[in-house]
Amino acid sequence: MALGRSKRAEAVTGGLLPSNDWEQRSVKWFFGSSQVLLFVLLVLIGLGPIVWLVKGAITPTIDTLRNPLALFPHGVAWSNLSEAWTSVNVGRYFWNTVVLAFGSWLCQIVVATTGAYVLSVLRPAWGRFIYWLLLATLFVPTIVLIVPLYIEIVDPPLINHSFAESYWAIWFPAGASAFNVVIMKRFFDNLPRELFEAARIDGAGSVRVFWSIVMPLSKPILGVVSIFAILAEWKNFLWPFLVLTNSPDRQPLSVRLPAIQAQTQLGVLLASMLIATLVPIIGFLIFQRTFLRGTGLGGALKG
Amino acid sequence: MGAVSAAARDVAVEHADLVARPRWRDRLSPIQWVRGGGLAALLFALPMLLIFTAFSWYPIVRLVVLSFQHTNLIDPPTWAGLDNFREVINDPLFMTAVKNTAYFAGLALLFGYPIPLIMGVLISETRRFRGLYSALAYLPVVIPPVVGVMLWKYVFYEPSSVGLFNTILGWFHLGPYGWLQSPGTAMPALVLEATWANAGTTVIIYLAALLVVDPDLYDAASVDGAGLWRKIWHVTLPQLRGVLLVTLMLQIIATAQVFLEPFLFTSGGPANSTLTVLLLVYQYAFGNSVGVGFGQAAALSLMLAAFLAVFALVFMRLTRSWSTT
Repeated sequence: MALGRSKRAEAVTGGLLPSNDWEQRSVKWFFGSSQVLLFVLLVLIGLGPIVWLVKGAITPTIDTLRNPLALFPHGVAWSNLSEAWTSVNVGRYFWNTVVLAFGSWLCQIVVATTGAYVLSVLRPAWGRFIYWLLLATLFVPTIVLIVPLYIEIVDPPLINHSFAESYWAIWFPAGASAFNVVIMKRFFDNLPRELFEAARIDGAGSVRVFWSIVMPLSKPILGVVSIFAILAEWKNFLWPFLVLTNSPDRQPLSVRLPAIQAQTQLGVLLASMLIATLVPIIGFLIFQRTFLRGTGLGGALKG
Repeated sequence: MGAVSAAARDVAVEHADLVARPRWRDRLSPIQWVRGGGLAALLFALPMLLIFTAFSWYPIVRLVVLSFQHTNLIDPPTWAGLDNFREVINDPLFMTAVKNTAYFAGLALLFGYPIPLIMGVLISETRRFRGLYSALAYLPVVIPPVVGVMLWKYVFYEPSSVGLFNTILGWFHLGPYGWLQSPGTAMPALVLEATWANAGTTVIIYLAALLVVDPDLYDAASVDGAGLWRKIWHVTLPQLRGVLLVTLMLQIIATAQVFLEPFLFTSGGPANSTLTVLLLVYQYAFGNSVGVGFGQAAALSLMLAAFLAVFALVFMRLTRSWSTT
């Protein structure tokens, strides 16, 4: 036991690298220097563009146009930010994005949690069939469905009303993420089954079990799904671009930014782009662990 | 006694659906079905069933139907047989789009497949600041793709001598280059940006896989006298085989669906050198007048979806025996 533990402790520092073999000093040197190189490279490609964007957003357009790498030769132009927010209307598009992201998140969470609850806990006879259909859906990329989805939104069957230019056209289709339901179901599958049975014996119905037992135990997976739902909607371009074409005032940032590019001066455009980037970046810095865990999880599931 | 047995029976009924699942054959009466939780299950499933029927299953069926129809948004659709497929295949742009997409996917593999692996291995060997390294590698992934593309297009790839890349090259008296303006460099330029934007995800997936490799394997290899490269070749890579195959498949599937970069960077130009399959779908459906080319767009979408599904199935089938996970 003790031996096993010390081995583990050693293993933390061991791995690929020889831990105490002086003959392999050259290997260590190689790894050490390549790590310095890696760090410089990561700062350059990971942080560099964002730092540049921040700089560009508060640099007078004329300076950026003269030399993109000069550091504030004629001072800082904070006015780019306020001009973007008010005269370019980025404030409005920002809120549109927030509302779209919130609605899509809500729809995805409701569908994924209740659906996974049925498939994992309630398990009706037809559940296996639905699960099979969901897994089959994973093979169909959403983007190949834009044409039928677009027709359905503009000219829906049964209902004589076009949903184009409305947020419902974005919120509802966002809910149809088989991936969400499947990872949620896998998480529920690992919850202790005795808890549900004990709750039922105590007289709890399905709603109670769902709300008071399954949901509180699922915070980790809810966090992962929520973060990726919000990020996905924040990044979404093509679908809102198609269904909100004729209502610029309702479009999110990712649709508006290319549209305002031609008639906006570069400094203000960069400020607008920075505003669009701040929420995901700050979210990432706060919820870094959830992001990275969720990404690993996605790889594991697809494997 | 009676109360106890009634309670026991209730428990048994409550458990019936947990322990022995009722099958359709069991012919439950509606009341038994409701009491057994059948109705609750159906109500809970309702959001999923409605949303997936409306926005996933029905559109899939509709896609297949559309591809065999002449449709616009005004006249009632008519049966078209294989006309749409024929028109798409006979369109000279079709082969251009397929070739360009394959080129994009190939270049993306060349740039984007080895680099995340090398980064993953190096990061997994860091003792301190591993979180910082992974965060830096992942950062471009959270930047909205539209912002990323615009930043690269209007700043980095700016063709005049004050573009960021051209400024740097100018220090060495090179350029200025019109990265996106020449058919030869446009596609590599797109791939470079796409790799920057997406590599972080793969790095994190590799990192997660690398950190669970059993350290004893490395120790055993060391005892046998293996050096660094032999350890990477005989331990790290075989242990990662499953993940490497999955990321290979996912990357090919993702790059076959490339749309945003050619759409925003170049609109398929110059001289159709960055026209990809999905961009062609978009042009058929929404390019000239909305609705005229829905049939061709559906046919091409269906071909892409079928190709990707077959590719995924064949790939998984072929690699099942090589994979360790």
